[in-house]
Amino acid sequence: MRHILSILLENEAGALSRVAGLFSARNYNIESLTVAPTEDKTLSRMTIVTTGSDDIIEQITKQLNKLIDVVKVIDLNESDHIERELMLIKVRATGKDREEMKRMAEIFRGHIIDVTEKTYTIEMTGPGHKLDAFIKAIDPALILETVRTGASGIGRGERILKV
Amino acid sequence: MELTGAEILTRCLAEEGVEYVFGYPGGAVLEIYDAIFRQDKFRHVLVRHEQAAVHAADAYSRSSDKVGVALVTSGPGATNAVTGIATAYMDSIPMVVISGQVNRPAIGLDAFQEVDMVGITRPCVKHNFLVKDISQLAETIKKAFYIAASGRPGPVVVDIPKDVTQQKAKFSYPASIQMRAYTPAQKGHPGQIKKAAQLLLDAKRPLLYIGGGVVLGNAADEVREISRMLGLPVTNTLMGLGAHPGNDQQNIGMLGMHGTFEANMTMQNCDVLLAVGARFDDRVISVPQHFLSSPKKIIHIDIDPSSIAKRVKVDVPIVGHVKDVLADLIGAIQQSDHKQADITNWWKQIEAWRAPNSLHFDQGSDIIMPQFVVQKLYEVTGGNAFVTSDVGQHQMFAAQYYRFPEPKRWINSGGLGTMGFGLPAAMGVKLAHPDADVCCITGEASIQMNIQELSTCKQYHVPVKVINLNNRYLGMVRQWQEFFYGNRYSESYMDALPDFVKLAEAYGHVGMRIDKPADVEGALREAMALKDRLVFMDFLTDQQANVFPMVQNGKGLTQMDLPPHMRNLQIAPPTPVNERDYGNLC
Ligand SMILES: Cc1ncc(C[n+]2csc(CCOP(=O)(O)OP(=O)(O)O)c2C)c(N)n1
Repeated sequence: MRHILSILLENEAGALSRVAGLFSARNYNIESLTVAPTEDKTLSRMTIVTTGSDDIIEQITKQLNKLIDVVKVIDLNESDHIERELMLIKVRATGKDREEMKRMAEIFRGHIIDVTEKTYTIEMTGPGHKLDAFIKAIDPALILETVRTGASGIGRGERILKV
Repeated sequence: MELTGAEILTRCLAEEGVEYVFGYPGGAVLEIYDAIFRQDKFRHVLVRHEQAAVHAADAYSRSSDKVGVALVTSGPGATNAVTGIATAYMDSIPMVVISGQVNRPAIGLDAFQEVDMVGITRPCVKHNFLVKDISQLAETIKKAFYIAASGRPGPVVVDIPKDVTQQKAKFSYPASIQMRAYTPAQKGHPGQIKKAAQLLLDAKRPLLYIGGGVVLGNAADEVREISRMLGLPVTNTLMGLGAHPGNDQQNIGMLGMHGTFEANMTMQNCDVLLAVGARFDDRVISVPQHFLSSPKKIIHIDIDPSSIAKRVKVDVPIVGHVKDVLADLIGAIQQSDHKQADITNWWKQIEAWRAPNSLHFDQGSDIIMPQFVVQKLYEVTGGNAFVTSDVGQHQMFAAQYYRFPEPKRWINSGGLGTMGFGLPAAMGVKLAHPDADVCCITGEASIQMNIQELSTCKQYHVPVKVINLNNRYLGMVRQWQEFFYGNRYSESYMDALPDFVKLAEAYGHVGMRIDKPADVEGALREAMALKDRLVFMDFLTDQQANVFPMVQNGKGLTQMDLPPHMRNLQIAPPTPVNERDYGNLC
C-alpha cells in the first residue's frame, strides 16, 4: 500500500542523506521525497511517499525513529490528510493548440506563468493523481518538459506534527 | 585560557575517563598527537594498522563497561578503520572513533588524503559528526560518548578537520547532554510485562533465548534469577555466550547454524519463547517460515524497537533496557496469583535430546582435533580466561567447547564475521584486564590478516596467548565447499604458510609448535605459565575436521547435519503442542 510519512528532523548537515541512505541500504521503496526548513529554523520537515506492506511500513517508521536526527515521524495515512504536489509543465502552444491548451489549464485550475510565441509554461498544484490526469488529458506530443516536486502532506483539522 | 582544538579534544577524552586511545598518526591529526604528547591523563597505543586500532578499542569495550576510543588520520587512515567500525556496528559496541579531516577550505576539493568519512561510514555507524566549528567540538565529543553508550550502543565517528584542531577557543565541558530527538527508552510497558509473566507461568514448554543484548545490558544476574525461578531451559546465541553460565545444568548450549541438537530442537518445539536481547538473526533461526511452522507465543525484550518484529511476528513486544525489564518481569511473576504449569515432561524431552551429546568428537592418538585443543584450554584455564576469536571453524569450536561461565569473556565478531579481529581484540582486552589470562583462538588464515600486531604487543608488553588452530585450509570455506560445491576446493588451500614459530620469535615472542594430541595439554599449561610473555602456539590440527551440528542455509532448525555418531540414532519426535494450552492472553 502507498503511505505518506511526515518527518521532523534536525536541520543538520547530512540529515537528508541519512534518511535517503536508510531507504537505499534497507531496500525500501521511495516514490518521492520532499524536504525544506520549517518556521523553526532548527527543524526540517520531510514528506516521503513510499509503498510496502504494513510490516514494512512499521519497520521503516522504526528505523527512521532510530536515526539520531529524526525528531518525530508520523504516518499521515493513519487519519485524514491533505496532499499536494506542484508541477511546472512546458507545452507547445501554437495554432489551434494554443487556445485548447489554455482551456485545459483552466479546467485543471493551472496557471500559465510563462508565455512565448510557441510555448506555455503552466503551474499546477494538486494531489499527484490530478497532475497525472492533466498529463494524460493533453496530447503527449505537445509536452516539452515537466518538473514535479513530489508530494507534501499535512494532517487535516486539529492533527499537527510538532515537537 | 584558550586551548587549541587538539587540546580541547584531549581534555574531553580525559573528562570521559578514557584510559587508552588506540591509534595511528598522520598529517591531519598531528596537532592532536602533539597534544597527546603533552598530557598524561590517558595512554596512546600505536598499532600497526588502523583496522587493528578500531578492533582493539572495540574489544577493550566489549570486555569492560567502558567506551573504546580509536584515533586515525584522514584518507587512508580513515578508510582502514571502516572494517573495524562496521564490525562494532553489527555487534552494537559502544565506541568513539576520531578521524582527522583535511582543512575546512580544502574539503570537497579532492585534497591530499581526503575522503568523505561521514559519507563513507554513514551506513555502519550509530551516528557520525563532522566538526565544522571549534565552538562545537567539546559538545560534539560529549554527545558522541553519550550516543555511543546509551540506548542500543554503537560506534560513533567524529571527523575533525585539521584547522579546527589548530584553532583556539575557551574550553568548557558540558556536564550532561539533552537531545530532543534522542531519548532511548528504559522501562518496559507494565501491561506487557504482566502479559509476559502470565504467558511464562502458563507455558508447558517454555524456553529462554538470550543474546548479546544481555551481555551489553549487564543483565546476566537477572537472566540467572528468572531461569532459576521458573526452571527454564536457557539457550544463547553466539553473542550471548556467558550471559548464562555455559556449565549450568539449565544451559542447553548455543543454538542456530552450529548450535547443539538439544538447543535447536527445544527452540523449534517450545510453546512460549522468551527472547531477551536477541534478534532472531538468520544464523540463529535460519528461515522464518520454518521457524514459525510450529506455533509458539513469542515474548521479545529489546532496547531497540526496530529489532522487534523485524524477522518474526512477536506476540508480546517489550521495549526497554533488558536489565530493568527483566527485574520488572521477575517482580510481576512473584506477584502473580497464577501457579506455574508443570514442565517436568518438557525437561524429560530436552534431556532425551541432550543425551546423545551432539558435540561429541573422537580424539585419537595421531592427529590433534581442533575441538580437543579448545576443550583442554577450557580445563587448563578453569574457564576463567578471556577468549577472543577470529572467524571460521575455530571460532565455532571456541564457541562450542569453551563453556563461558561469565559474560564479557567471549569476544568475537559475530555480526560482521571479520577475519583479523582476534589478535588486536586480544590486545584491547589484555590492556583492559592486565592480570587476566587472555587467549586468542585463531586460524592460520585469519591470524595473517592482522599479524603485524604482534609488533604492537611487543612494544607495549601485552602478553596474550595466541592459539592457532592450523589446519592449512580456509577451514570454514573448505567445509562449505564439501557441503555445497562437490568438494571443489576452489582457492581454499593456504599454501606457502609461514613458519609461525619463527615468525613469533622474529617479533620477539615465544613460539611453540604442537603436532601430537599427547602434547596439547602440557603445551597449554606451559604457555599459560609464561605470564609475562606472548606465546604463539601453532597447533597442527586435523585438516578434515568439520563443525557439527550444522543447519544448512534455507533449512529448518531441526534439519541439522549431525556428527557421525548421531546419524543413525532414533530420536522420538516431540508430542504436538496443543493450542488451547496457551490461554488467550494476547
Ligand atoms: C575479512 C574476511 N574475509 C573473508 C571471510 C570469509 N571467511 C570466513 S571463514 C574463512 C576461512 C577462515 O580460515 P581460518 O582463519 O584458517 O580458520 P578455519 O576456518 O580454518 O578455522 C573465510 C575466508 C571473512 N569472514 N572475513
